[in-house]
Amino acid sequence: MQNKMQTKLARTKELSRRWESIHRNWYKFSRNPLSIVGLVLVCTIVFIAIFAPYISPHPESAGKFVNFSDTCDPPSWGHPFGTDRFGRDVLTRTLYGYRYSLGMALMVISIMGPTGIILGLVAGYHRNTWVDTVIMRVTDVFIAVPPLILALAVCSVLTPSIFNAMLAICVAWWPWYTRMVYEITCSLKNEFFVQAAELTGASKVHILFREIIPNCAASILTKMSLDVGWVILIGAALSFVGLGAQPPTPDLGTLVADASSYLPDLWWEAIFPAFAIMVAVLAFNLFGDGIDDMLGEEKGG
Amino acid sequence: MPTPLLEIKDLHVWFSVFKGFLKVLDGVDFVVWPGEKVGLVGEMGCGKTTMMKAIMRILLMPPATIRKGEIFFKGRDILKMGQGQLQEIRRRKISMIFQDPTAALNPVFKIGTQLRDVISCTRERGKSMTKGDIRRRAIQVLKEVSLPDPERILENYPIQLSGGMRQRICISTALVSTNELLIADEPGTSLDVTIKDQILRLIGEVVEKRGTSVILISHSLGAVRNMTDRVYVMYAGSMVEAAKTKSLFANPRHPYSQGLIAATPKLTGGGVGKGVPGRIPEYIDPPTGCRFHPRCEHAMPICRDKKPPFFEVNENHQVACFLFRDNQSHR
Amino acid sequence: MESVKFIVKRLAYSVVVLIGLSILMFSIARVVPGDPARMALGPRAPEWAVQRVRDEMHLEDPVYVQYYYWVKGALHGDLGKSLVTRRSVADDIREFFPASLELALYTGVFMGIIGITLGAISGWYKNRWIDNVVRIISYIGIVTPSFVFAIFFVLIFGYALQILPTIGRIPPGVSLPPRITGMITLDALVTGKFGLCLSGLKYLLLPAVSLAMGPLSQEARITRTTLAGNLGKDYVAAERSSGLSERTIMFKYLLKPSLIPTISIYALDFAAIIGNAFVVELIFNWPGLSRYGMNAMLQKDLNAMVAVVMVYGILFMVVNIIVDLTVGFLDPRIRLGEQSAE
Repeated sequence: MQNKMQTKLARTKELSRRWESIHRNWYKFSRNPLSIVGLVLVCTIVFIAIFAPYISPHPESAGKFVNFSDTCDPPSWGHPFGTDRFGRDVLTRTLYGYRYSLGMALMVISIMGPTGIILGLVAGYHRNTWVDTVIMRVTDVFIAVPPLILALAVCSVLTPSIFNAMLAICVAWWPWYTRMVYEITCSLKNEFFVQAAELTGASKVHILFREIIPNCAASILTKMSLDVGWVILIGAALSFVGLGAQPPTPDLGTLVADASSYLPDLWWEAIFPAFAIMVAVLAFNLFGDGIDDMLGEEKGG
Repeated sequence: MPTPLLEIKDLHVWFSVFKGFLKVLDGVDFVVWPGEKVGLVGEMGCGKTTMMKAIMRILLMPPATIRKGEIFFKGRDILKMGQGQLQEIRRRKISMIFQDPTAALNPVFKIGTQLRDVISCTRERGKSMTKGDIRRRAIQVLKEVSLPDPERILENYPIQLSGGMRQRICISTALVSTNELLIADEPGTSLDVTIKDQILRLIGEVVEKRGTSVILISHSLGAVRNMTDRVYVMYAGSMVEAAKTKSLFANPRHPYSQGLIAATPKLTGGGVGKGVPGRIPEYIDPPTGCRFHPRCEHAMPICRDKKPPFFEVNENHQVACFLFRDNQSHR
Repeated sequence: MESVKFIVKRLAYSVVVLIGLSILMFSIARVVPGDPARMALGPRAPEWAVQRVRDEMHLEDPVYVQYYYWVKGALHGDLGKSLVTRRSVADDIREFFPASLELALYTGVFMGIIGITLGAISGWYKNRWIDNVVRIISYIGIVTPSFVFAIFFVLIFGYALQILPTIGRIPPGVSLPPRITGMITLDALVTGKFGLCLSGLKYLLLPAVSLAMGPLSQEARITRTTLAGNLGKDYVAAERSSGLSERTIMFKYLLKPSLIPTISIYALDFAAIIGNAFVVELIFNWPGLSRYGMNAMLQKDLNAMVAVVMVYGILFMVVNIIVDLTVGFLDPRIRLGEQSAE
């Protein structure tokens, strides 16, 4: 009977502690009102990406569609963003564009994030061994050129498609995670709590995952949040030059590219997708800053 | 009636944070007479450094605001001074030695650069100094704090020097011009005990030689006992007791002071003391009335309602506690 | 003397990395599905021509043999032939690189000066109106891709207002100055043709600003944050309490430590410039190496592509070394960290 009461008490305490920590994290996140703006925008974008087919006014515009009676209309009530030269609704294509851009960004980050992180962990933990040397030299080679150039190069040798663009960005982006995690791991390796864990016989896996990762978590999560924005940007650049998504896929970069040859006459075709890119990057930037405030160390005091 | 060198009257300093205000200093009164050595003791976080920074007006003013109060230096209110007069005070009248010498020295400039700039800007008006003069003065000042090989030190960066040396350099910077008041904020705290001892002795010598008044802040009661004429005890943003040093240590009256002094381990019997249970309050929502009342064994209803003013127990011994209203001592 | 040792060590290391990069790029280039020779010459070219190209490029040999031939050639300055321009890639590089270098240099200088200045102003006057204005501008700068800026500027300054040129480097029909460095503004300046120099600057303006906006905003942001953070540091309070004048503190003692993180990220920002140049040069039809490289990539001109990436790798390495030296120069803690007495 006593035990039951104690466990119940312990569980309530645990829950209230969790609640308190959520509350505290929220407080830290919301200190800067811009982070809330970021959060709202990110949620909106995610919502749009998921539900694009249901909320777009003219879902058929997203694919192969032609409607010559409505071509090149400036913004109006029926078509808030106007129509392009094929008669497709620009608003719909922009909304779908979020789908592709966001989807691509999330896939890229979820693939190369963990890869880069694990490589960095392993290299940092086995510092000054051949493992470290090999991994970090390879990382240095990939970092030797600006990521956009590398992505362009990889993209250019493959058939242009959204999938290959994702692959190219993965190839260009993973070393940055490795580098960051490597530096943190190296500095942490000499901390006492790691040595303590080693002495008590913890396995390497345990040390890596239970001791070191939580300390990198703040930097990693912040970087991932910010990176969604950057990957969207790079993806747009790749599509802009034609190496990414192919028409008629409405990726945001492709939309801008298609429209740019018709400037300045059909300005609405280019402005709205360009603006959409900016909003997406802004959203994840603000959101990432908020995550940084929430998880990062207290600066000043 | 002679004027005190420094007089702080009813100072309120608040810090603005997202959730509201941290009401750190809650009506502080503080006096230093010419030639006096005054100690200031209190727990970490009780507002000692804030008060000192307020005197020199080096608080970072966006988060900090001075809500109320006056700080008189030789009869003139520092808080109302213009930039010119303020600079005069900082350069020639009051100097401060910071708690952490590593943080107090700019890491990307040579010691020589920083010292020379201070010497150059604190030189007497109308007196011009050549580069050679300035350098000679710098070396002289470094020698005064017993630093070996001053020429080499001028060319070094802070990171190349040990903690003790950095602390001495901070002291020398404070001593560059003739001062009337020296504020020493926990000197030697971040260093090991033997070095701390040397630093304190050094400060003592320098002060004797120049006849400067000193405010010695410390949470080390031993140092305060040895070096000061008078002591203030501070708790959570107000002064709770003020007395001549001997009087305070012989017979501390305020419950907090008693706890503080009792907590000091003594070599001569007694062992480690009792300590004071509880923690300093949150400044964002501090206790009403006397801020110590939640931790006080002798708390009375009035302690929650009103803030106790100083009551005189003896000549030169004042306590801010309602236990001593009507000048009756309970112990 | 430590600086010299440092440079030599870094150079040696960088050479190793560049070799690795060449292997990487080469592998990428040879991984192309399909037949590069056929793709370059087009479906209508006769088989014998395609076969000749295949032999020239040793496309039928194993990869490491191809690499060997490539390295051998590279060490002699022969980087193969461009399948697009039909010239030696080395010649192409010599022709086009100065244009990109000129653009990158102007952009880099512009971004550095304006970015740091704006950030410093923003940090000094924190939370006043000028700070908010700068922050809004820098947010816009960070989230807008360079190519969007480029299109935008072309629209406004090229078509609407018609005050700035948007294509090429100099007015059509005007002859180039004698080629000393290949950089028009420099050559014109050195040979006394000031009008031409000015003209060249006008043509540089839009592409440079398009490329600079993003990195400039990053620099401003970091400068601002660092400066504002340093304002609260103890050494600033100590300097104030010693009586140093506000001006001395602001311009000397606060600025130097605040620049360190900014300059540290300068290399990354420069990388952004060279990367984005690939797209922006295309938009402005700027006859530079990036446009050449971009075209090479789009048309699967493999020799050219590998060579261009190597050139930029070298450029980036040089920039990295310069940045590291500068940071080491500014921050003695990095230089002398091992010498500290504790």
